[in-house]
Amino acid sequence: MSTILVPQSERPPAAAGTGARKLTERAFRVRESGIVVVLVVFVAVTTAVQHRFLNTTNIQFILTNTTVFALLALGETMVVISRNYDLSVGSVLGLSAYLSASLFGQHHGMPIVVVFLAGLGIGLACGMLNGIMVAAGRVPSLVVTLATLYIFRGIDILIVGGKEVVANSLPGSFLNIGKATVLGIPDLAIAIAVVIAIGAYYLRSFRSGRELYAMGSNPDAARLAGIPVGRRVFVAFAVSGAIAGVAGVLWAAQYGTIDSTAGTGYELQVVSAVVVGGVAIFGGSGSAVGAALGALLLNTISSALYVLGISPFWDQSIWGFLLILAITLDQLISVRLTAALRLKGGRRG
Amino acid sequence: MASGDVAGSQAGEDAGAAAEAPGATAGPAGALAGETSAAAEGAGAQPVLVLQHAAKSFAAVQALIDGSIELYPGEAHALVGENGAGKSTLVKILAGVYQPDAGSLLVDGREVTLHSPAAALAAGIAVIYQEPALFPDLTVAENMFIGRQPLSSGRRIDRRAMRAEAAAIFARLGVQLDPARIARGLSIADQQVVEIGKAISLRARVIVMDEPTAALSAAEVDRLFDVARTLRASGAAILFISHRLEEVFTLCQRVTVMRDGKQVLSQELAGLTAADLVRAMVGRELAERPAQEQGTAGEPLLSVERLTREGVFTDISFTVRAGEIVALAGLVGSGRSEVARAIFGIDRYDAGSVAVRGHKLRRGSPTGAMAAGVGFVPEDRRQQGLVMDMSVQQNVALASLARLSRAGLIRPSAERGLAADWAARLQIKYGRLKDPVSLLSGGNQQKVVLAKWLGRKPAVLIVDEPTRGIDIATKAEVHHLLVQLARDGVGVLMISSELPEVLRISDRILVMREGRLMAELAHAEASQEQIISAATGQAAPGSSREQLAGPAGPGAP
Repeated sequence: MSTILVPQSERPPAAAGTGARKLTERAFRVRESGIVVVLVVFVAVTTAVQHRFLNTTNIQFILTNTTVFALLALGETMVVISRNYDLSVGSVLGLSAYLSASLFGQHHGMPIVVVFLAGLGIGLACGMLNGIMVAAGRVPSLVVTLATLYIFRGIDILIVGGKEVVANSLPGSFLNIGKATVLGIPDLAIAIAVVIAIGAYYLRSFRSGRELYAMGSNPDAARLAGIPVGRRVFVAFAVSGAIAGVAGVLWAAQYGTIDSTAGTGYELQVVSAVVVGGVAIFGGSGSAVGAALGALLLNTISSALYVLGISPFWDQSIWGFLLILAITLDQLISVRLTAALRLKGGRRG
Repeated sequence: MASGDVAGSQAGEDAGAAAEAPGATAGPAGALAGETSAAAEGAGAQPVLVLQHAAKSFAAVQALIDGSIELYPGEAHALVGENGAGKSTLVKILAGVYQPDAGSLLVDGREVTLHSPAAALAAGIAVIYQEPALFPDLTVAENMFIGRQPLSSGRRIDRRAMRAEAAAIFARLGVQLDPARIARGLSIADQQVVEIGKAISLRARVIVMDEPTAALSAAEVDRLFDVARTLRASGAAILFISHRLEEVFTLCQRVTVMRDGKQVLSQELAGLTAADLVRAMVGRELAERPAQEQGTAGEPLLSVERLTREGVFTDISFTVRAGEIVALAGLVGSGRSEVARAIFGIDRYDAGSVAVRGHKLRRGSPTGAMAAGVGFVPEDRRQQGLVMDMSVQQNVALASLARLSRAGLIRPSAERGLAADWAARLQIKYGRLKDPVSLLSGGNQQKVVLAKWLGRKPAVLIVDEPTRGIDIATKAEVHHLLVQLARDGVGVLMISSELPEVLRISDRILVMREGRLMAELAHAEASQEQIISAATGQAAPGSSREQLAGPAGPGAP
């Protein structure tokens, strides 16, 4: 039928149409630059009160601390965009951190690459288990990953018991992973930024990535459109698990001491970061970059409160407050945007 | 049937059998091409799609008995019929949503089996639904190309090419729509255009439009028709489903009429009148009408005055008296159920009033309506009428809990007593009263809903599609029950799409069309033709237009 397509000299962009496009694009920019603005204001205010906050060491500390969260947020973003949740990431991180780090104690001269691969494998296995149950078992992901949150943690506790991996059993090169810098910026932060950029690019520019958005935007229509929903969900969980596994190895390198509580409670912090970063809680929109910025913002706040000598109690309250703010903001933007787009459409909705 | 037989008997065949010939024997095609074009259709082309004798039933309900249709390239083909005639089932078979129990489907002369909507699309059949399901967060272009986006090097999506392709399709259709905007906020009409664009990009040769105009304004309908004509000119076949007969005559060349799950007429539209179509739609053999015991209508129980809800229904006034069954007829979507929901207080209304026995009801308060003696049996018993996981007994008692409780605690004995009493009176067939109501058949579930309200001894009972999807025997029982209630002095307001039912048991018939009351017919003077005519905006044969007060539809043929 394409033969009948009369060659068009130029597509006539409808005046109303381009207006709608600009409006949409502006709304998304507002959402992501909004985090940056909040971040800048927060840093400025904190620095005004306590000059120590904005020194190189502290910035490096915040960036290094953020890497694990930003990485977890990338996997979580893939899952949340498809209208699912992965609550097991903290437990996967803990399991991977202990098992991979203990490899150093078992075999002298264990190459660091192998340890990372081990962490990745452990995470992948956990993620695939989640994925199978959600995709094939048709169990809501919230339930599946809530269960595996406890199961993986339970396995961790069974293996670790009262033991722990201590820093002096780990090679110095491993412990220094987070400490090397280029031009004052931690190598690790740069590497993670690259990984997140790749992830964001994948979600934006590849069919399977876009299909995750489609599934989150309208699950029924996704099935009707012939999208392999089960396979996509499975892969999203597998990737999220693998990322949590790698994050576990990084966590081990950062802290040096690993017991059975490593990563406890991280899942909710990661989901918070993702939502604060503008990923819609019911899927369909948001970006990996936004989620990483969300993670950076939350970590900066924790650090600022510490520097200012404010009780860590406020830390959690402020996270919660930000979460509500983010969700309210998203809701507002979404409602206003829909209304504005209707008007721009020029026709009755 | 061997191909030789077809050739031999060709001359003497009647039109129906000849029409089947090309499809039935098209496998070893070639030699038959000439005969096909000589067939009674005279269209000079092979049909692009042939559905033959498709049947489909759901549990006990046979939704489609003999669904047959032939579509030729370059034609717009209308599919009309009453609600429940089997149109939707036929469409869903073409869409790959339902798999037929029997019958065959041929596309381009080859037999195909559509296991899924994706398979239907692959076969070149696209369905545009009344309310398309788009991805609100994705762009218009991406909605059209999801899963098939044009790629550039490295399997990356080529956004520029995708948008250009979408823009080219829109330009060809003559519509202004920006491919790069997100779908959220698009009007229904624009959403349909996106779906049509998707169909074109898939090179669909059969485009099924399932009541696309129901939610469109007049200008949007005009634009849709322009788009449809462009499609037709490019050789696509369009199957157009609409209740508005004037639209059928405006757009289509041929028509197929369905009634009671069967094709009853399929021919060129030229030479047919709206009255012909209406006759074909309703011309069923009526079940013998029972000797109507015209209830002596008593005092007015329910008075509805100038009830209006913006954009849904306008200026609805009527009265239901004691001992009377008043039917609210009209097409699905004409606003009947919405009026009922507003009366019962589930939905708000903007103007007008509802009174029971002269006392005005508070707006938007089902509790108030119940206290005034109104009962409401909703359309969708599974979702709205019953709590499926609760027992028969609990469901029956649900509307009478205050009466069955002492000091806030429900007395189980009273609950059981009430349930057993009504189950016996309505002859509900159940295992135990403690069984979940989901185990019962559709008809018996409906009786449970009725029992729930009858337990309250309502003054006014509103029933919405009381016999939908239930078997004939139970249907008769429900009818009997409603008549019995009226005889006992209850005022019954019945919404029904089944005209025989309406004609059988109601004393008066109100007909709605597009949110307005179009006609009020007394039992004695009412006929199926009159009701259908008022409901579709056509002048009934032998009735004056004055009787169908209200604004006439645009462009009546």
